[in-house]
Amino acid sequence: METTVKKYTFRDFASDQEVRWCPGCDDYVILRSMQKALPEMGVNKEDVVFISGIGCSSRFPYYMDTYGMHGIHGRAPAIATGVKLANPGLSVWVITGDGDSMAIGGNHFIHVLRRNIDLNIILFNNKIYGLTKGQFSPTSSVGQKTKSSPYGNTQPPFLAGELAIGSQARFFARIAGNMPGEMTDTLIAAEKFNGTSLIEVLQNCVIFNDGCFTEFTDKTVREDRQLHVVHGEPMIFGKNRDKGLVLNGLKLEVVTIGEQGITEADILVHDACEQDPTLHQMLVRLSFPLVTGIIRSYADITLEEREDALTAKVKANSDFVKTDDLFFSGETYTVE
Amino acid sequence: MINLKNSEQDINALEAVVVRFVGDSGDGMQLTGTQFSDTSAMFGNDVATFPNYPSEIRAPQGSLYGVSGFQVHIGSIEVSTPGDNVDLLVAMNPAGLKTNLYAVKPGHTIIVDSDSFTKKNLEKAEYDTNPLEDGSLENYRVIEVAMSSLTKEALKDLSGLDNKIITRSKNMFALGMVYWMYHRSPEHTIDFVNKKFKNNPLLIEANTRVLNAGYYYSETLELIPNSYTIAPARMPPGTYRVIMGNTATAWGFLAAAEKSGLELFLGSYPITPASDILHELVKHKHFGVKTLQAEDEIAGITSAIGASFAGNLAITTTSGPGLALKGEALGLAMMVELPLVIVDVQRGGPSTGLPTKTEQSDLLQAMYGRNGESPVIVIAASTPANCFDYAFQAAKLTLEHMTPVILLTDGYIANGSAPWKIQSVAELPEIRHRQVKEGGENWSPYHRDEATLARSWAVPGTPGLEHRVGGLEKDADTGNVSYVPENHEYMTHIRAEKIKRVQDFIPEVTPEFADEGDLLVIGWGGTYGALHTAVKQLNQEGFSNIGFAHFNYINPLPPNTGEVLKRFKTLIVCELNSGQFSKILKINFSGLTFLQYNKVQGLPFGNEELVQKFKHYLV
Repeated sequence: METTVKKYTFRDFASDQEVRWCPGCDDYVILRSMQKALPEMGVNKEDVVFISGIGCSSRFPYYMDTYGMHGIHGRAPAIATGVKLANPGLSVWVITGDGDSMAIGGNHFIHVLRRNIDLNIILFNNKIYGLTKGQFSPTSSVGQKTKSSPYGNTQPPFLAGELAIGSQARFFARIAGNMPGEMTDTLIAAEKFNGTSLIEVLQNCVIFNDGCFTEFTDKTVREDRQLHVVHGEPMIFGKNRDKGLVLNGLKLEVVTIGEQGITEADILVHDACEQDPTLHQMLVRLSFPLVTGIIRSYADITLEEREDALTAKVKANSDFVKTDDLFFSGETYTVE
Repeated sequence: MINLKNSEQDINALEAVVVRFVGDSGDGMQLTGTQFSDTSAMFGNDVATFPNYPSEIRAPQGSLYGVSGFQVHIGSIEVSTPGDNVDLLVAMNPAGLKTNLYAVKPGHTIIVDSDSFTKKNLEKAEYDTNPLEDGSLENYRVIEVAMSSLTKEALKDLSGLDNKIITRSKNMFALGMVYWMYHRSPEHTIDFVNKKFKNNPLLIEANTRVLNAGYYYSETLELIPNSYTIAPARMPPGTYRVIMGNTATAWGFLAAAEKSGLELFLGSYPITPASDILHELVKHKHFGVKTLQAEDEIAGITSAIGASFAGNLAITTTSGPGLALKGEALGLAMMVELPLVIVDVQRGGPSTGLPTKTEQSDLLQAMYGRNGESPVIVIAASTPANCFDYAFQAAKLTLEHMTPVILLTDGYIANGSAPWKIQSVAELPEIRHRQVKEGGENWSPYHRDEATLARSWAVPGTPGLEHRVGGLEKDADTGNVSYVPENHEYMTHIRAEKIKRVQDFIPEVTPEFADEGDLLVIGWGGTYGALHTAVKQLNQEGFSNIGFAHFNYINPLPPNTGEVLKRFKTLIVCELNSGQFSKILKINFSGLTFLQYNKVQGLPFGNEELVQKFKHYLV
């Protein structure tokens, strides 16, 4: 049955709560992009649920005028899994940070991706612990000086996308925190994707890790240092649109179109829908250029689809309709 | 069809009998015991069973620590425990005999498979001499039967069986013998075998032949001088089935889901001895039951919290160490005031402790094992069959009071089985959950019902009631995040008062055997059978001044608790821990003196130890 979806503007999704992130934080960009994206998604407001863990990012649900739960540290994917299994008709969003998802919640993060339940996860990655005021996180760089690593961090970082694809993520996108337009489009694509979608936002923390992505995200350099991939299009970047990626043996290589006989036809064409994640993983791992956009979007059966099919099959083969049918079945006896 | 008449031999009528089957982990002792108890229940006896198996899956054959046992207590009278000492021990090997001889009443019967008393098996059981030959069993009536050879003989002209199958069916020989001894027809087990091996006629034939062989062997054997009858018990009329505690728990939730009109969601991580609840519920997809075997204990409870937020009757099941892991999430459920049942099937602790043994040592963890002041409802089942009632009641309380409920059972009642008078869902009390479709004017998620202080439950998908909940403190009126000091104190009081008010909705505690007197025996949870049996015995011996009060509601306590306690001169709290419930009573009734009887051995109370202890205060 086709149900009518109401028309909304971004204001319909803003709650009456004062937003309390630090001035200049990229979190505001994400919030506004979300509020702009929701009216475009074709879902009713009452069917939208935001579930978060703990951290700066996880205050997000309070600012959305939808259903929401501010959960406990690291557990949002598990809470959201319960919400979605209980009511598969809901549009369920998980809001998490790099510490929340990859340190304390690492176990839930990998398993939610493995199961491929139809959730959307926005990972606010700022390579630092913000709410606890400045300790290194699982994505902090080696050598990074923080409150808990005054002489430099000695723990090698996770790459969120590498961990995610290693955990069988079917949808992975990486977006710079200062690009609201791309972010809105990506959020809409994530909602449309049937399965777990993970969007990593490279989010600047103005207080504890200011400039952590500037070398790739600053307006003056981003065209030259970011490759924004689009499914079906060649992997070309640069202010002059003359740089591109080719495969050289088992490595990606940056080439210049017009030099050494390279033409646009030689440049790799992005296939986000490919089942084999090898090339997606190489794109995620590339240190230059930084690859953004929807890197992987492979359609696969979801957990709830498997569960539904199994339930239908069991129901069809069962004589039990009411619990009494079970209670009085099999070996019973009567005392007069 | 077997003729049940036991001719030419003495027939003795007994009120009750305790039989224990022991052998290697792979000898099929659990199956043998279950068949004997099911058959006896269908004959009309009251039954209580208890399995006792090692935590190793397949311990080395013949070893002392690999012995698996199953005890059955059947009676024409009320049977509340699986019994202490046994009237009949069936030992399939020397290790089984060695580890269980202590439990056999002097002068009573031991049946052994004499074929298994080889030099090798005697060495493994650390016997220096063969107990069948050295006179050490002269105080017992030992019946030596070459069960392995007789089984082989019974199957000799049945082609297509390998040695392993032949060896493994000797438990049926033992079962056949026991059926004859107690005038039980093997028909029920033959039906069972036909169903179990319906695709393998050879196994049906083999098991049936061996079972009948054991039966006829006893009939013609002069070694068994007596057979015994145990008349049907006088049970209330109704339709019954034998049920295990964990199954009863699972079914209680099925009934509650149907009664409340909600879908049932279970988020769980496997842990002994709670896993059977997951195993049972996962079968019932035909009722729309949703189960998630989560990645860990924390995801088990948090997925259940999510399902509850979205409108399901949500539960999570675990045992001691798992409850520790769920502590933080339980605090969240309490804070967001959503319905959630947490089942803790207690086992021996601390840490990994004694995973396959029973204990009542999680009580204080259930009461206080969370950060901050986070009271929840705590209730406890007390028999395998009433696990059904308390699971149902846990669901009813959580849905009507919008606060988490911890349901405590334990390994003893969870794995034990007993007759259950089947309860039709139509006969069960109504459950009125608090889901709302419309808010009315100035609706807020934290507005409360006057009688219960429960908030309303607006689930995602309901237009106009969009709201946020979370672990941060909430403003009492708006439900928004609030750090106001007075509000936090007010909310802390409200959450405590909300649990206290549950007292108005639970039954009073009613002492058994005496309303007042010299000694009140106090228990809670899974020790009901043992305590009830001991007090009953003393009562029958003429002590009319001893009463017994058993608690299923721990937090809050029944409203008349103090008044009942004051009617007895001496109070003794009996628990399978070092005194946790007595601490709770001391906090609540500081003017009273509570004596304690505690046991922390991973074992249930025995009848004799309790009777002796209580007599001490009565004379």
